[in-house]
Amino acid sequence: MTESAFAYTTPTDALVVKFAGSVAIESHGQSVVHVEKSSLADVVEYLRVSEEFTMCLDVTAVDHLQDVERSQIPGIKRERFEVVVNLISHPRNIRIRLITQVPESDPSVPTLTSSFSGTSFPEREVYDMFGITFEGHPDLTRILMPDEWVGHPLRKDDAPARVPVTFKGDPGPR
Amino acid sequence: MSLTEEELKMQITGDSSGTDSGDDVDEDVAEQAVIAPELKRLSRQTGEGSQELRPLQEIVIAGGPWPELEGDGQTMIINMGPQHPSTHGVLRMMMELDGETVVRAKPVIGYLHTGMEKTGEELTYVQGATNVTRMDYVSPLSNELVFATAVEQLLDVELPERAIWMRMMLVELNRISSHLLFQATNGMDMGAVNMMLYGWREREEVLRVLEIITGLRMNHNFIRPGGLAADLPDGWQEAVLGVCEQVEAGIADYDKLLTENPIWQSRTVGVGVITTEQCMALSITGPVLRSTGFPWDLRKTQPYLAYDQVDFDVIYTDNGDCYDRYRIRLFEVLESVKIVRQCVAKMPGGDYRVQDKKITPPPRARIDESMEALIHHFKLFTEGFRVPPGETYARVESPRGEIGCYLVSDGTGKPVRMHVRGPSFYNLQAISPMMEGRMVADAVAIISTCDPIMGEVDR
Repeated sequence: MTESAFAYTTPTDALVVKFAGSVAIESHGQSVVHVEKSSLADVVEYLRVSEEFTMCLDVTAVDHLQDVERSQIPGIKRERFEVVVNLISHPRNIRIRLITQVPESDPSVPTLTSSFSGTSFPEREVYDMFGITFEGHPDLTRILMPDEWVGHPLRKDDAPARVPVTFKGDPGPR
Repeated sequence: MSLTEEELKMQITGDSSGTDSGDDVDEDVAEQAVIAPELKRLSRQTGEGSQELRPLQEIVIAGGPWPELEGDGQTMIINMGPQHPSTHGVLRMMMELDGETVVRAKPVIGYLHTGMEKTGEELTYVQGATNVTRMDYVSPLSNELVFATAVEQLLDVELPERAIWMRMMLVELNRISSHLLFQATNGMDMGAVNMMLYGWREREEVLRVLEIITGLRMNHNFIRPGGLAADLPDGWQEAVLGVCEQVEAGIADYDKLLTENPIWQSRTVGVGVITTEQCMALSITGPVLRSTGFPWDLRKTQPYLAYDQVDFDVIYTDNGDCYDRYRIRLFEVLESVKIVRQCVAKMPGGDYRVQDKKITPPPRARIDESMEALIHHFKLFTEGFRVPPGETYARVESPRGEIGCYLVSDGTGKPVRMHVRGPSFYNLQAISPMMEGRMVADAVAIISTCDPIMGEVDR
């Protein structure tokens, strides 16, 4: 496959030109594009149709509640949550990572299942762990935690449970 | 299994004749008062919970045409697992059956969820390897490798040659033991119980070699950020080369026992077929993807460690059925043996870890004679080291597919987020399209050849 088959030299160039508000950076040799939340589904669909991205490898999220002083990227307003999407193009043998900022007040993103149905499980996992809803997901239920669980464990304000251990025959505090 | 109210009522009252015309109205009312709460309780116990099968027409990727419903068109929902020997741990399959045919299937997971990603945020980078090694407990070294690689990318350190080759040899030995375990359990699931003993026999030999090198049979915590925990012990060449021969002999046995075996073929050929397009849509990697005729192996296509300096082939087949997935894993073992032999032959000398005082503990001998070394050692293992802020995604070809580690650091000693992309988690999505329209007996073969490791699925 020659590069001339595509309108732009790299997919990151294409995204920056085509989708307003996209910022391309490089992180440890990996191409990363910060995209607007509203255009995330369109970006993924565009990459699938026009840039030969054949597989969505991973959908995950990060909670930056305690990480307020993280590095600022010009043109990007940092929010509490980030949804991270890893895509791979098998014919072109390249990868791209999309990051979108999700505010605490409206934790929802459009679903990617219409482009890649394999994002069904990871989106359910992100919903389960972070409480970020994916609009249009066909079966958005908890996947790892019990169905009646309250809270979202991987949020930073959801403290890990601590159970005091009592030993058999322990006379108690002395 | 879900029961109708009528059936439940029959169970409670022990009335096998069904609902007779009520002769005594008063008795009926009294009975109702007892039955109503009991019915509620039982339906709570026997229901499927809030996990529901999706409507038939929505499961597009599975493709049609849907089999015509047999008989009177009455279907039944059966839960296979989570406590079922063929589910490889605690996988629960919700299956809608029409007679013996699976109409719809949905994997329900989470029974082994232990919050390892949350735990990973509480551990330092030094301790992190002990956490990730318990995810995919059948190939722990792949998990350690991907975590260590991610940390090293953030630290921006260059590994010495010997560490790279040692890692490659260990990971390949681990791939052999993982695929041997697959052969054993896969044989057992299909009724070839002798296969279980053979597979376990050779796997044990590989684990013995791993024990010689790392000190532990499983959950090694040997590949650590910055290199490895220790150098290779004396006599490792003989042990490794010896086990290579044993494994090759074992594989020849399995090949003779199963590959041409008509019973084996009738259980697996044409069962659980999946296409490359479905794999692409469902994010499926590893042997399942390669069985569909797509030779995608990260060791070849996006080489890491020193895989571009060793000679091996990517095994792939065209049919995408259970038989092909069995054959791929069988012959991948031989390719791994090839790599291990080359590692033994080419193992470079030098250091087995980075000599960077910020991340490498001082040698044991120095601790005895130097107070500073003792403090240094203590600090490193209690507080860990600081990692520059940033985010990265490392990926490695594990025996089950692409295992990835997404690591976010804020510059402190603990990660903000440590996410592991477990290949089994994604490969489980293939089970529904493979299973639908097949017999219940094939379900066991399909789960088995997907080779899910529930520790990695649930994390």
